[in-house]
Amino acid sequence: MLRAQGKAVHQCDSGWVPVFVDQEQSISLMSVGFLLENPDEAVVWRGPKKSALIKQFVSDVAWGELDYLVVDTPPGTSDEHMATVEALRPYRPLGALMVTTPQAVSVGDVRRELTFCRKTGLQVMGVVENMSGFACPHCAACTNIFSRGGGEELARRAGVPFLGSVPLDPELSRSLEEGRDFIQEFPKSPAFSALTSIAREILNATPALLS
Amino acid sequence: MEEVPHDCPGADSTQAGRGPSCQGCPNQRLCASGAGAAPDPAIEEIKEKMKTVKHKILILSGKGGVGKSTFSAHLAHGLAEDENTQVALLDIDICGPSIPKIMGLEGEQYVEDNLGVMSVGFLLSSPDDAVIWRGPKKNGMIKQFLRDVDWGDVDYLLVDTPPGTSDEHLSVVQYLAAARIDGAVIVTTPQEVSLQDVRKEINFCHKVALPVIGVVENMSGFVCPRCKKESQIFPPTTGGAEGMCQDLKVPLLGKVPLDPHIGESCDKGQSFFVEAPNSPATLAYRSIIQKIQEFCTPRQPKEDLVSS
Repeated sequence: MLRAQGKAVHQCDSGWVPVFVDQEQSISLMSVGFLLENPDEAVVWRGPKKSALIKQFVSDVAWGELDYLVVDTPPGTSDEHMATVEALRPYRPLGALMVTTPQAVSVGDVRRELTFCRKTGLQVMGVVENMSGFACPHCAACTNIFSRGGGEELARRAGVPFLGSVPLDPELSRSLEEGRDFIQEFPKSPAFSALTSIAREILNATPALLS
Repeated sequence: MEEVPHDCPGADSTQAGRGPSCQGCPNQRLCASGAGAAPDPAIEEIKEKMKTVKHKILILSGKGGVGKSTFSAHLAHGLAEDENTQVALLDIDICGPSIPKIMGLEGEQYVEDNLGVMSVGFLLSSPDDAVIWRGPKKNGMIKQFLRDVDWGDVDYLLVDTPPGTSDEHLSVVQYLAAARIDGAVIVTTPQEVSLQDVRKEINFCHKVALPVIGVVENMSGFVCPRCKKESQIFPPTTGGAEGMCQDLKVPLLGKVPLDPHIGESCDKGQSFFVEAPNSPATLAYRSIIQKIQEFCTPRQPKEDLVSS
């Protein structure tokens, strides 16, 4: 999604060098994807092996000076999630961002994620409701393909901040497919304003979360 | 099996019981004796249990959020519409057990007389309960589901899995190894980002000798209810599932368009086929279900019928 496929990870004295995805070198990336010889290769690993790699990603990568380390996780509350929390604990993680779609079935799983955060002492920064409505590009009618409001309701009931809703936007999907920078190319998209507003909320909330 | 150390080399590894991280593990003696490398007796027990189960189908996806559980649930509904067909749906997404909600079940296990469901969701007392288990404990649960549930006479056992290629997938394939799985259906959405993960799933199926029944492309286009024009919300920038299936010589079972009624039905725990019987999505589902049935029960060639 960040147009970094096929890049290789190198070693330096302080560990693995993460891959920079932009010219300005403001975003670096580490993923098991860089360690596969063939992108179609399945990573058929059980929990302990996955946990060991995650620990290495935190301790053996030469991240350098970072303002934010963002960790994308798979769905669930299992090995990867426990390994990440344990590996990051000494570094006092800012918190967890919950992403849900609006329907009850999705919210049902995120409720369990919130419990995971509570049990592992991970602060919840807020909830984002993704795929929240679709504006037809032909007639502008808005359809709630995956229902609506579930994310906001969840945040309210759980007493955590609701950071915003991101609508469905085919241009966002297309940009990710082609590794283009959606933020640069589609400033007029409703998804753009939602995403930048959420980013701003996180930036504003950081000092309070740190203390 | 109790909790294992974080750097557990694996019970079937050559280092089992002998590695530095094995010190202090309650299973160390067992592993060092080589017992971990011996075949699990549960595999034979499960083979016995599965003698009354005619067809076993796994539903896989590379990515999360592609509609796999929705598909599994509706495959179950579709097959069970024939009251003479006994269907069982097993949900092995231990951390995210959505099947009870999608099937409208609070604790009872039968949707209809001929459609039963098993899920870890039934064992949780609150919708907020999190199942924070590592791999070995999840594997133990899956073993119990397969070995200790009285499945009875079942025509189709459908197994809904979490996304990926990890403990749950390895375990279900291993535990059913002696019992023969008919095959796997892989659910995807049209984008390359999703297809990339489907290729990995197909790769996994080849590695574990699991036949691929075919691929379902979900969320394939959206027809605006007002102007009736179609939009590709998840654009198939690299040819969608159709292109990939042609390349990999794997059947494309069908494409299901986006329909807001699907999500609504799932949230209400009702069959979408009942709510919207003439929707293009329903018709797509029915065609896919028929192809799956044909894969599992191929019709005899005409020559054989004439001579018998």
